[in-house]
Amino acid sequence: MTTDEILEKTKSFLAQFINVNVADDEELFASGLVNSLFAMQLVLFIEKEFSIKVENEDLDYDNFRTLNAIVGFIEKKI
Amino acid sequence: MEIELTPQQVQEQDIFRAFVSEEIAPYADQYDQDECTPDEVIKKLAEIGYLGAIIPKEHGGQGMDAITFGLLCEEIGRGSASLLSLLTVHGMVCQAILKWGSASQKASWLPKLATGEAIGAFGLTEPNIGSDAKNVESTALYSNNSYVLTGEKKWISFGQLANLFLIIAQCDGKPSAFLVERNTPGFSTAPITGLLGFRSAMLAKVHLNKCQVPEENLVGKVGFGFSHVAGAALDHGRYCVGWGCLGLAQACLNACLSYTSERKQFGSFLKGHQLIQQMIAEMITNIKAARLLCYHAGYLKDKGDPSLIMETSIAKYFASRMVSKVADDAVQIHGANGCSSDYPVQRYLRDAKIMEIIEGSTQMQQIIIAKSGYHSFALEKRKARQKEKT
Ligand SMILES: Cc1cc2nc3c(=O)[nH]c(=O)nc-3n(C[C@H](O)[C@H](O)[C@H](O)COP(=O)(O)OP(=O)(O)OC[C@H]3O[C@@H](n4cnc5c(N)ncnc54)[C@H](O)[C@@H]3O)c2cc1C
Repeated sequence: MTTDEILEKTKSFLAQFINVNVADDEELFASGLVNSLFAMQLVLFIEKEFSIKVENEDLDYDNFRTLNAIVGFIEKKI
Repeated sequence: MEIELTPQQVQEQDIFRAFVSEEIAPYADQYDQDECTPDEVIKKLAEIGYLGAIIPKEHGGQGMDAITFGLLCEEIGRGSASLLSLLTVHGMVCQAILKWGSASQKASWLPKLATGEAIGAFGLTEPNIGSDAKNVESTALYSNNSYVLTGEKKWISFGQLANLFLIIAQCDGKPSAFLVERNTPGFSTAPITGLLGFRSAMLAKVHLNKCQVPEENLVGKVGFGFSHVAGAALDHGRYCVGWGCLGLAQACLNACLSYTSERKQFGSFLKGHQLIQQMIAEMITNIKAARLLCYHAGYLKDKGDPSLIMETSIAKYFASRMVSKVADDAVQIHGANGCSSDYPVQRYLRDAKIMEIIEGSTQMQQIIIAKSGYHSFALEKRKARQKEKT
C-alpha cells in the first residue's frame, strides 16, 4: 500500500468524526476536535483497515497526534 | 443479511438460561435484602467458567464470541442485575489487560481472572468526579521504579470483595491506569450500603493512602489511562450493561405476563383489559428493538469494526432507557403487590434506574450520539456537494 493510499483511507476515516478539514499536521487530540470515544475508534480503524495490531508499546502520542503521524505509524507497522 | 443465532449459540443460551433459573434467580431477592452476594455464588460462576467468558482459551478462559457473551449477560441480567455488575466490572479489568496489558501482566493475571482466583474491580469514579472522568483527582507519583497512588474512589462495584483493582489516577497531570492489589499497604475499602438498586453489588469506597505499586503495574502508558485503557474497559462495560438491560426487561415482562394471567379485577383477568395490553405490547416491542441494537453491536464487535464503539453506546442508551420504562410499567401492572418485597418487580425497578447512571449516564450518551448525528449529516452534505462538482 502506498503512502497516498494510507493517507486517503485515514483522511476519510477522520472525516467521519471531524467536521472541518484537518491539515495533515494539525493536532487532533489537543485541539478538542474529537470526543472521548475517538481514541479507541482510531485504534480499531487502524487494526481492521490495515490488519495490524496496535500494542501496548505503540501507545505514544507521536504515533497518533496528527494525520501525518498516524500515516507514519501505519507505514512502520505494515 | 441474516439475524439469527448459530446452533452453537442457541445451545449456549439454553445452558445460561438453565443456570440462571436454577442458581441465581430464586435467590436474588434475598441477596438484595441482605445487600450481599455470597462467596458460593461467585464460586459457582467461576466453576462454570463465566468469569473467564471473554478471556481467550490460551489464557485459561472460555474465549466466547461477542454474541455468546452478550447472551450470557442477558441471562445473568434476567436473574440479578447486581450479579451482572460483577460480570461487567470483572470483565472490564480483563478487557483492559487483554487489550493494553504487558505480556507479563497478561501471563500473571488473565489465568487468575479466568478462574476467579482474582476478582477484578474498576476504580474510576471519585467523590468529586463522575461523568467528567478524565479529570480524576487521584494521583500517581513516580519514584524508585514504582508509582505511589493517593486518592479516593467511590461507588466501586464489588469493591468489598475484589482483590485486583484497575485504578485511574493522574501521573504528572496525565490520566494513567494501574493494577492495584488489595493487599498493597495503604489500600483499604469501606462498604457502601443502603443504595436504591444494585444492592447486592457490594459497592465500596476505596482509599489509596500512598499505595506503592511496582512500575510494572502501569497498564498501557502514562497519559493513555483514560482514552485507551478505561476507553477499552468502558466499551466492554456498556456492552455488558446493554445486554443485561435486555435480561432485566425480559424478567419484568415475564413477571407481568404471569401476573396479568392470574389477577382478576372487574370480573376479568388483567390481561383482558386493553390498557394493560398496551403496556405489554410496548414492553414486547421495545425489548425486541433493544435486542436488535445489541445484536448489531455484537456483530460489529466480532468483526472489530470501529463503528462498534458508537453502536454499543447507542445500544446501551436505548436498552437502559427502555428497561427503566419497562420496569416502571411492571410495577404499575402489579399495583400494590408490585411495591412489596413479595414480588421481584420492585427490585427490577430499583435496579433499572441504576442502568441509566452507570457506564456513562443517559445524558453522556445523548451528548455523544447527537454529536455523531450532526457529524454524519455534515459529512453526507459534503459528499453530495463534491458529487455535484464532479
Ligand atoms: C450502583 C452503582 C455502581 C457503580 N459502579 C462503579 C464502578 O464499579 N466503578 C466506577 O468507577 N464507578 C461506578 N459507579 C459510578 C458511576 O459510573 C457514576 O455514578 C457515573 O459515572 C455518573 O457520575 P456521578 O454519579 O458522579 O454523576 P455526575 O457526573 O455528577 O452527574 C450528575 C447528573 O448530571 C448529569 N450531567 C453531568 N454532566 C452533564 C453535562 N455535561 N450535560 C448534561 N448532563 C450532565 C449526569 O448525566 C447525571 O444525571 C457506580 C454507580 C452506581 C450508582
